[in-house]
Amino acid sequence: MQESSHSNIVAALIPRSNLQLARLCVITVVFALLIFGALRYDNFLSSYNILSFLRYNSMFMLIALGMALVIMTGGIDLSVGGTAAMTSVVAALLSPYGWPAGLLGGMAAGLVVGIVNGLVVTRLRIQPFIATLAAMLATYGMALLLSGNQSVSASYDTAFVSIGQDDFLGFPIPAWIAIACYVVGWIALERHPVGRRILAVGDGEATAKLMGLKVGRTLLGVYATSGLLAGLAGVILAAQFGAGQPTEGVGWELFAISSVVVGGTLLSGGVGSIGATLAGAILLAMVFNILNFENGLGVISLSAYWQSVIRGAFLLVVVILQAKLMNGRSTR
Amino acid sequence: MIAAEDTSGSSRRFNLAAWLSRYGTLLAFLLLIAFNVIATPNFLSLQTLNVNLTQVATIVIVAVGMTLVIATGGIDLSVGSLMAIAGALAPMILLGTIASTTNPLLVLPLAFIVPLVVAGLLGWFNGFLVTHYSIQPIVATLVLFTAGRGIAQVMTNGNLQVFKNPPFQFVALGHVFGIPTQVLIMIVVVAAAAFLVKGTALGRQILAVGGNEKAARLSGIPAKRVKRFVYVISGVLAGLAGLIVVARNSASDANLVGLGMELDAIAAVAVGGTLLTGGRANIIGTLLGACVIQLVRYTLLANGVPDAAALVVKAALIVVAVYIQQSADRT
Repeated sequence: MQESSHSNIVAALIPRSNLQLARLCVITVVFALLIFGALRYDNFLSSYNILSFLRYNSMFMLIALGMALVIMTGGIDLSVGGTAAMTSVVAALLSPYGWPAGLLGGMAAGLVVGIVNGLVVTRLRIQPFIATLAAMLATYGMALLLSGNQSVSASYDTAFVSIGQDDFLGFPIPAWIAIACYVVGWIALERHPVGRRILAVGDGEATAKLMGLKVGRTLLGVYATSGLLAGLAGVILAAQFGAGQPTEGVGWELFAISSVVVGGTLLSGGVGSIGATLAGAILLAMVFNILNFENGLGVISLSAYWQSVIRGAFLLVVVILQAKLMNGRSTR
Repeated sequence: MIAAEDTSGSSRRFNLAAWLSRYGTLLAFLLLIAFNVIATPNFLSLQTLNVNLTQVATIVIVAVGMTLVIATGGIDLSVGSLMAIAGALAPMILLGTIASTTNPLLVLPLAFIVPLVVAGLLGWFNGFLVTHYSIQPIVATLVLFTAGRGIAQVMTNGNLQVFKNPPFQFVALGHVFGIPTQVLIMIVVVAAAAFLVKGTALGRQILAVGGNEKAARLSGIPAKRVKRFVYVISGVLAGLAGLIVVARNSASDANLVGLGMELDAIAAVAVGGTLLTGGRANIIGTLLGACVIQLVRYTLLANGVPDAAALVVKAALIVVAVYIQQSADRT
């Protein structure tokens, strides 16, 4: 009895050990970059740098979290950038009615987009790539329509902009929001049946259905969550820059996908980790941060354009490493 | 009895879906033209035709390559970035930034050849990642999507390159027998790809690899080589489109050339009736799909609907088109 349960545990560990190794790699690289930065630049670990890093990048962390959940089910959500742009406009338009109106209005708008995505994927059975591509176009269109093709100033009379600009207990509010979402996401995935359900759907929809899992509802749930988180990111965007930005968010979806992939989550679904996704998002964002510091040293001068080249190179190295690990597993 | 009636009823309905999936894009195209003839003033003019065709030409050229990639079950997100690279290289060569010569006999052929070869090599790199490492096409081409535009921006330092070179710009601004050159190029590309798919063994192999890669490999098709080939073609065609765009504008802006092109191309392919699951390639459908999307936009703009609303309509169009295709496919 004991032996069989022991071998079960071993069996459960072995097939995914390469993936865990991949995740470990990402986290190691994050720490390596941190140490590199701390040794090389004077103010890298200053509270100012850390806090502004978190304040700005919390938006990207939020959409990466939603994207990770969607990708774990074997889907993809290309609409997060457009959704964030649209909800930033909605939030800015509602901000004169108080911060709760802006916050909840933006989140609700994101949730609606997510639910529509989920319904198109589950009811019309349109591939997630196409469904969310259409949603991306539609949300940008809505953002431009609502804003009249220009950025919409958020109200400074209410506390709305505090959501993006102020601190709470010495920590940026956007970072608090991101941390709270990641904690909830981690609990949902690792400590709650819904996490098993998400991964089971990603492993194989037909099997999951045969096991009696409510596949449609699970899918609807992850797309709705992704929309909600993108909505939250849009609210933070509007609050942080004091304006709803209908043309912002271009390429956010690909940044989020990169973060998820770098975090060791496979695009085929069925596996994934919340913590490694966060590490992936931090890693890609840190590339930009370090580039800024490097330029500040004045030894070399790399234009901001290098950041996408370096990000692409990072992505390349990571996916090749992952592919080698995975292929090694399949030929085992 | 009831069951028999049911099946006949549903088969009739599915026939409608099948009919729509085959001719729906064409029908939409004809309806749009009919609507415009009635509603839009001055629609039936050569100028309208030229405006629409020149706007659609680059999308079609890229979308043809995308169709071939999608036919193998892949996708190419890097096309817009490859356009930017090709579009940055050509003016650098023409202006002598790279080779420090502006001798037209040397510079002109190089301005065509070098960008296309580079784009083809980068396409090969995409295919290499997909075949050698078995990386999913979305992720593999995401690498160059991210890095490619950055490379173009770094090469040009993000600056706008303004140039004037009539022989080079003939690809966009010239006319052959009264037809704009870029439209002619588009027609040639479409015809060549349609012939490739319908009339050659390689075309069959592309479809076979997309339909069932394992079966294709077991029947002796060099699946990996076929896949690399379609990514190279997609890269070269993206490069060509990049050259046309910068020639048309007399300027190259690495930040903007080809921006969002991957989405336009994928939308054209989807509306044109090629399923994203692979195994099929409807080149003429892609041409019609791109034309329908362009015509919808033109129709809305010409009738006073803002561009933003046109985006929403485009989104609905994509969903409806793909829904019809898939309903037909389930029979």
